[in-house]
Amino acid sequence: MASSKLPWLNPAIAVGGLAPLLQLAVLGAQGELGANGIEFALNQTGLFALAVLIASLACTPVRLVTGWTWPARIRRTLGLLAFTYAAAHFLTYSVLDQGLDVRAMAEDVFTRPFITVGFTALMLLVPLAVTSTNKWVRRLGFPRWQRLHRLAYVAAVLGVVHFVWRVKKDVTEPVLYGAVLAVLLAVRVGEAVRKRRALATQRPA
Amino acid sequence: MRDKLPPEPPGSEVTPEKLYLRRREFIKNAGLFAGTAAVVGGGLYLLGMKRTRPMDGFVPDAGTVAQPVAPAQGVFVTDEPRTPYEDITTYNNFYEFGLDKNDPARRAHTLKTRPWTVVIDGEVHKPWTVDVDQLISAFPLEERVYRMRCVEAWSMVIPWLGLPLGKLLDRVQPTSFAKYVAFTTLEDPEQMPGQKSPVLDWPYVEGLRLDEAQHPLTLLATGLYGKQLPPQNGAPLRLVVPWKYGFKGIKSIVRITLTREQPPTTWNLANKREYGFYANVNPAVDHPRWSQASERRIGEGARRPTLPFNGYADAVAGLYRGMDLKRDF
Repeated sequence: MASSKLPWLNPAIAVGGLAPLLQLAVLGAQGELGANGIEFALNQTGLFALAVLIASLACTPVRLVTGWTWPARIRRTLGLLAFTYAAAHFLTYSVLDQGLDVRAMAEDVFTRPFITVGFTALMLLVPLAVTSTNKWVRRLGFPRWQRLHRLAYVAAVLGVVHFVWRVKKDVTEPVLYGAVLAVLLAVRVGEAVRKRRALATQRPA
Repeated sequence: MRDKLPPEPPGSEVTPEKLYLRRREFIKNAGLFAGTAAVVGGGLYLLGMKRTRPMDGFVPDAGTVAQPVAPAQGVFVTDEPRTPYEDITTYNNFYEFGLDKNDPARRAHTLKTRPWTVVIDGEVHKPWTVDVDQLISAFPLEERVYRMRCVEAWSMVIPWLGLPLGKLLDRVQPTSFAKYVAFTTLEDPEQMPGQKSPVLDWPYVEGLRLDEAQHPLTLLATGLYGKQLPPQNGAPLRLVVPWKYGFKGIKSIVRITLTREQPPTTWNLANKREYGFYANVNPAVDHPRWSQASERRIGEGARRPTLPFNGYADAVAGLYRGMDLKRDF
C-alpha cells in the first residue's frame, strides 16, 4: 500500500533537481564545459532557474485542473530549487564572469534593462526564499504570506523578459516559456473569476 | 513415508510480518524516489541540451596545405598565445548551420566546398569568375596571427592562412566609381540547413568601404593553423577584418561586388540599433545590452580590457579620421 504521504516525493525532486547543478560544478572544475565554460554555466543555470520557477508556479493550476493534491506538496521544494539556480546564475555572473568588478556590475544593473530585469527577478525571489518556512507562514498569517508569494509570478515574467533580451535573434524558446507562463496565469485568473461569481450568486438578491 | 517437510526455520530467522510489509513499502518508495529523481534530473538535462554544450572532441581533419610564404611580422603576427585549434573549430557563430555555438562544427559537413566558384564583379575593369582553388593558387598564401573579437565580448587569437584582399582587388582593377565592397555567402538551404529558418535574411551579406577592404590587414582566409579552413570556420573562403567585430567576417563567400553605394549588411538589417555598418571594435561604445569595455579570451578565466580597434589602432585609426565613431559605430 502506497503511503498517502508520498515521503519520497520531495527528496526525489531535490536530488533530481540539484543533480544538473552538481554536474555543472564537477565538469566546470575539470574544465570540461567547452570553449566558453562560463557562458555555458550562465546559460544553463539561468535556463534551469526559469524552468523550475515556472514548474513551481504550475503546481496550483495543475491542482485546480486535475484535483490532484500532490502538486501542492512539492511547490515549496520547486520554489527553493528555482531560487538555488537563480542564485547560482547570479554567482556565476558576479564571480566568474565579472570577477566581482562592482563598478561593472553596477553599470550593468542600472543601465542595461536586460540585466536590470534579471537582477530584479532575483531580488524578488529572496524574500520568498526567506519566508518559505512554516514558521514564516504562521508569523505572517496565510493571506499575507500568500499575497507576498504572488511575487513569484512577477519574478517569472521578468525572467522571461530577461531571456527574450538575452538571445540575439531567435526568440522561439523564451517565447515558449512565456506562453506556458501565460497559460498558468490564465488558469488562476479563470479560477478567481469563477470563485467571485460563485460568491455573488450565493448572496441574496 | 519419505514425504517430509523441510525443517522449520528457527524463529530468529523469520522476519516479523510488520517489518516484512514495511520492507516492501520501503523498496517501493526507494524505487519511486529514484524514478522521480531521474525524471526531474533528466527533464532538466533535456531542457538544457539545446544550449551551447561542449563538443565531444570532434575535430575535423583538414588536410595540411603548403607552407605559407615568409611569415609576416609586426602587426600581422601577434605573439599572444594562440587559441587551441579545437576551440577555434568548435565554438562558432555560423547561423547557416544553427544558432548554438557548437551547431556549425556538428552540422557544417553538409557544405560542399569543392568545386566552388567565386564571382568578382561590379565596379571593376576586369570582372573575374574563378574557381576557388585557382583563385587561391594565384596568390602567395600568408600566415597572419590575429586577435578576433566577437561582438558578444569573447575573443580568440587565430593563426589564419590567406591572401590580402587588396591583392585580389588590384587584380580586378576597381573603377573610379568603386567606393565599397559587398560580399555574399552561398544561399542553398540544402547545404546550409539553417537557412530554412528565417532567423536572418538569407543569404548573409557584408560590406566594407573600399579603403578598408584594401588595407593590408584585411585578409581573405583560406586556412587556419596551417590546414585548410574547416567548413564551420567559413570554408573555402572567408573575410577576416581583425579590427572589426567578428560578424563582419563573412564566411563561405561566393560573390565579391564592388559598388558605388554602401551595401546592406546582414546584422545591420536585422537590428540597426545594435549592429552598425562599421562595427569597429570600440570599448567606448557599448552594445545596448552589454558592455564592450572588456572581453573574455577563450581559455582564460578573467576578463581583459578591450583595446580600441582591437589593438590595431596604430594601423587603422587613420581610416576613420574626422568620423564620429559613436554615431558611425
